[in-house]
Amino acid sequence: MPTIVVYVEQENGKPVRASLECLGAARATGREVVAVVAREGAETAATALGRFGATRAVCLVGAKSYSPDATARDLAKIVGEQKAEVFLAAATASGKDLAPRVAAHLDSTLLSDCTGLEAKDGKLQVTRPWLAGKALATLSSTAPVLCATTRPNAFAVAEVQGTAEVLTVPASADGKAVVVSVAPKAGGKLDVKEAPIVVSGGRGLKGPEHFHLIEELAEAFGNAATGASRAVVDAGWRPHAEQVGQTGKTVAPKLYVAVGISGAIQHLAGMRTSKVIVAINKDADAPIFKVADYGLVGDAFEILPALTAAVREIRAHK
Amino acid sequence: MKIVACIKRVPTTEAQAKVGADGKSLDPAGFQYMASFYDEIAVEAAIQTKEKLGGDVTVITLGPKDASKELREFIARGADAGAILVDDAWHSRDARATAKALAKKIGALGAELVFVGRVATDRDNAAVGPMLATYLGWACVTEAMSIDLAPGKGTARRETEHGVETVEFSLPAVITCNKGLNEPRRPNLKGIMAAKSKPVAEEAPEPVDAQTVVLKVELPPARKAGRIVGEGVAAVPALVRALREEAQVL
Repeated sequence: MPTIVVYVEQENGKPVRASLECLGAARATGREVVAVVAREGAETAATALGRFGATRAVCLVGAKSYSPDATARDLAKIVGEQKAEVFLAAATASGKDLAPRVAAHLDSTLLSDCTGLEAKDGKLQVTRPWLAGKALATLSSTAPVLCATTRPNAFAVAEVQGTAEVLTVPASADGKAVVVSVAPKAGGKLDVKEAPIVVSGGRGLKGPEHFHLIEELAEAFGNAATGASRAVVDAGWRPHAEQVGQTGKTVAPKLYVAVGISGAIQHLAGMRTSKVIVAINKDADAPIFKVADYGLVGDAFEILPALTAAVREIRAHK
Repeated sequence: MKIVACIKRVPTTEAQAKVGADGKSLDPAGFQYMASFYDEIAVEAAIQTKEKLGGDVTVITLGPKDASKELREFIARGADAGAILVDDAWHSRDARATAKALAKKIGALGAELVFVGRVATDRDNAAVGPMLATYLGWACVTEAMSIDLAPGKGTARRETEHGVETVEFSLPAVITCNKGLNEPRRPNLKGIMAAKSKPVAEEAPEPVDAQTVVLKVELPPARKAGRIVGEGVAAVPALVRALREEAQVL
């Protein structure tokens, strides 16, 4: 059967959700799915992957430290050994780092951050945004191996009955770049690209000292990340990792709450594929209301505490 | 040290997308162009490296002859030369075709360090930098938020979903630059005058056939019209009810 190799990222022995979605995207094409897991904890993570659509899980083990170039070489070798016609990774920081290198080793181009993957007449095609989502392109590839990354939150996780055969392969040691340390993120904060809910603030918050209102609403939701408009990132109110938009991150959560963000075209491009959009703005004519499913006109400083309290209340009774 | 910064001409971020008559491209009518947002961070990193370790900076683009405009802007900030790999269909090259042509040019220049933006804001592939490094057989750090260089090696930091990674790498290397890496300088009048007499070479890029086949380009479906649930604090319960009962996200 035609085979897809999927790079599965893991953290402390647990596969990350974006990679499970990538496995789900692969599985949905009807191909055989081979997962490859790297870094310390790979074997622990691999044992669970049968339930998410992989029939085989190859663990790269024994590396003293993680090297992206050595890992990419190993991945390309496995793609060859498995005679795979497709290589996929989730478009996370690590997936985006590895996939282009794997593609180059396979002398194949890369189609990044895909939001669709389907088989048509036995051939795979992808959908991916251009200009940060202002247009959508449907593409196929004549490359020896179709190499693509999948956007977090764009594909469903497959939950199946199954166990994956787990194999171990020694990882190459001679990397030209090596990760020597990782300073973990404080408090397990969710990344804006991965979170199922994003609460973003803009200039309407009037100053960095008011962003606790955004953080409190995100905390009330429980599984939310905080985001920001370019204006407030450029002003130094918020870290750049939070910036949503054409020159920041493109997000597709199930709920996006825009507070005090007018909705410049660059911002809209970065969040318009969110499943549900809520806009809170005092200007009833703000362009953000044109893409919002639910709009609330008014003063964010009054609305946010009330909304946070209401969300807390609901979550407490669940 | 020979240092290179690669830039790309892209439509300005204000651009509205319009599908071309063939249904497989974007209509360029009405597009204004600029260097991609992250390119000025890459060029600044190249100039700072020259100031610290010595050498010269060449800014390279694969694009139309017109892109000499963007090249001269960056030369005015302190780069020494420019080179255009002239291709009027640059925007439809795929990542591999661009990376291969750049790898050939950069290899011929004898460069030791290449800086590129973390992504070009037109096709958003974020692929050319690491592909270029792989074709050259070099080290690569993507999305660098800090770099510390010494002769023959360097250390960079990059942010992931799990924290901040510190990466040690050997030279030669390709670094893809994230926002926050530096504060790009503005060109001054002296630089702008000097840039006029600095060389911008034009040559044909290595011809590489595209592997990407465009089947269709379309505009994203318009969002279903939403509604204003109300005004002020009084409307919060209505919003919460809609999120729970209609949207079922709460």
